[in-house]
Amino acid sequence: MKIEFVSVTKEFAVRGSDRPFTAVSDISLDVAEGEFLTLVGPSGCGKSTLLDLLTGLTLPTRGEIRINGVPVSGPGLDRGIVFQQYALFPWRTAVANVEFGLEAKGVPRRERRERARGYLDLVGLRGFDERYPHELSGGMRQRVAIARSLAYDPDILLMDEPFAALDAQTRESLQEELLRIWNKTGKTIVFITHGIDEAVYLGQRVAVMTPSPGRIRAVVPVSFASREGDLRADPVFGEYRHAIWTLLREEVTSVGQTLTQLGRPLGLPA
Amino acid sequence: MARPSLSSAGLSASPLDDDHLHSSAVTTITPIPQPVSPATGRRRSLWGVARRAFNASAAIVVLAAVWEILPRVQVVDPTFLPPLSDVLAAWYDLLRGGELVEHVQASLVRSLAGFGLAILTATPLGLLIGWYRPVAEFLNPVLELFRNTAALALLPVFVLILGLGETSKISIILYACAWPILLNTIAGVKGVDPLLIKSARSLGLGPFRLFQKVILPAAVPTIFTGIRLAGAYSILVLVAAEMVGAKAGLGYLINYAQYNFRVPDMYAGIITISVLGLLFNLLLVRLERRFSTWRTT
Ligand SMILES: Nc1ncnc2c1ncn2[C@@H]1O[C@H](COP(=O)(O)OP(=O)(O)O)[C@@H](O)[C@H]1O
Ligand SMILES: [Mg+2]
Repeated sequence: MKIEFVSVTKEFAVRGSDRPFTAVSDISLDVAEGEFLTLVGPSGCGKSTLLDLLTGLTLPTRGEIRINGVPVSGPGLDRGIVFQQYALFPWRTAVANVEFGLEAKGVPRRERRERARGYLDLVGLRGFDERYPHELSGGMRQRVAIARSLAYDPDILLMDEPFAALDAQTRESLQEELLRIWNKTGKTIVFITHGIDEAVYLGQRVAVMTPSPGRIRAVVPVSFASREGDLRADPVFGEYRHAIWTLLREEVTSVGQTLTQLGRPLGLPA
Repeated sequence: MARPSLSSAGLSASPLDDDHLHSSAVTTITPIPQPVSPATGRRRSLWGVARRAFNASAAIVVLAAVWEILPRVQVVDPTFLPPLSDVLAAWYDLLRGGELVEHVQASLVRSLAGFGLAILTATPLGLLIGWYRPVAEFLNPVLELFRNTAALALLPVFVLILGLGETSKISIILYACAWPILLNTIAGVKGVDPLLIKSARSLGLGPFRLFQKVILPAAVPTIFTGIRLAGAYSILVLVAAEMVGAKAGLGYLINYAQYNFRVPDMYAGIITISVLGLLFNLLLVRLERRFSTWRTT
């Protein structure tokens, strides 16, 4: 499953103005089959917009998104999505939530239940089948959401800041878990985050996105000699983090410079 | 949805409050009740349960006692308000004579027919209006207008058009019950979390399946709130409808007894209707809770 963004631009009509708002501009990016790509950028730079396009919920204004060479024209079960706010159906138990996509796929009832149980197992929620979402912690809910997206076996997993609402400890354990699941299932994962650490920790490559309009500024390949021990304390990890931080910041300072030239100094250090 | 339950929050907060009271008692001179020791605390909570059970029925008992005593000591005129025991005796006579059953039956048939028809018509209509947002926006002013017109104000209109028979009675109940169901159903459909819809759409669900699998189950608790309200209306409107041109029914009984100065019978009818309303409401509250466990807890 190869994903290609070919000069993708998305504009939104603005009420009370005839000039549209450009959310993302001229994005070109390839994601290889089985790759774990993270997309990092500040809030509002167009990450979710890009993901909606990839989901097929909205269509690009210009350009094209292809999956295995076929242009995306709508949603499909070849892509699974995990949202930050879990989006679990509160009237369904954990196992029934996981079954949701299987129902959409037309899997027979008995097989559905069995498969759903298996995926709850995979995300470490054995024995929580009959719990309702409100009876689960945030981290557990996100595990159910991940199981739900994996259950109907999409080739691509799209994740929009899935761990942003969790506390640091839960987030780290879910990050580890996600890598384990990725290793086990071999899915192609596009993971959106606004956290540099998270992007470096998870991604094989980190696409750095900058705002106004949203563009991909750079794609940084990440590799470590070893992932044993506390990876975040590795000096190489720090170098990656700094490199990406600089890429994200340069854009801000260049905007700052333009504003200074206009006679409106920004409160940024020189 | 992720709200913690009120009761557990209250439980975990109370020991903290005690600490707070205690420490402020040390620093300020304001007299503050001594913090309760664990042992007396437990005894008190047992007492609390007993007290609450007592409180729940106490008001009723007091009311009954007042109703019994005031007429007997001539504080109120027993001709207009006979003592409760007289009313209960009249009620028992009505029951034994078979009259009461006949009236209750007539009333229940009307109430349930109007209520049932309201559910059958208003729920699908509400779903439709809620689903097609432009329709909802277009109809909203009209809905607001009708909602704020008391159903009973329209009773003469119903009688004028549909006559004095059963049709007009059931119709006015249907009409009164339809509004809460309709408005709640519309609100329920419109209030579905957009993220859930997005999540379902991302799986490629078409409009019909989206409606069946997401919109409808999400709206059920709100719809049931409407149904519960409608249940109360069905009894409220019933009585008034039966006071005009009926030959049976509790409203008729109350009106007829008053007209013929059978005052205890009148009160017997009133008591019956309030107990009926209470039971009906209790049943619907139960049902509502059953269908919205995922929302309330
Ligand atoms: N449907 C929409 N209509 C108009 N503007 C939108 C719409 N969706 C997103 N935007 C705008 O596009 C920009 C990018 O939004 P988004 O993709 O949600 O950013 P991110 O996910 O990176 O925080 C924001 O400025 C937002 O206001
Ligand atoms: Mg976003």
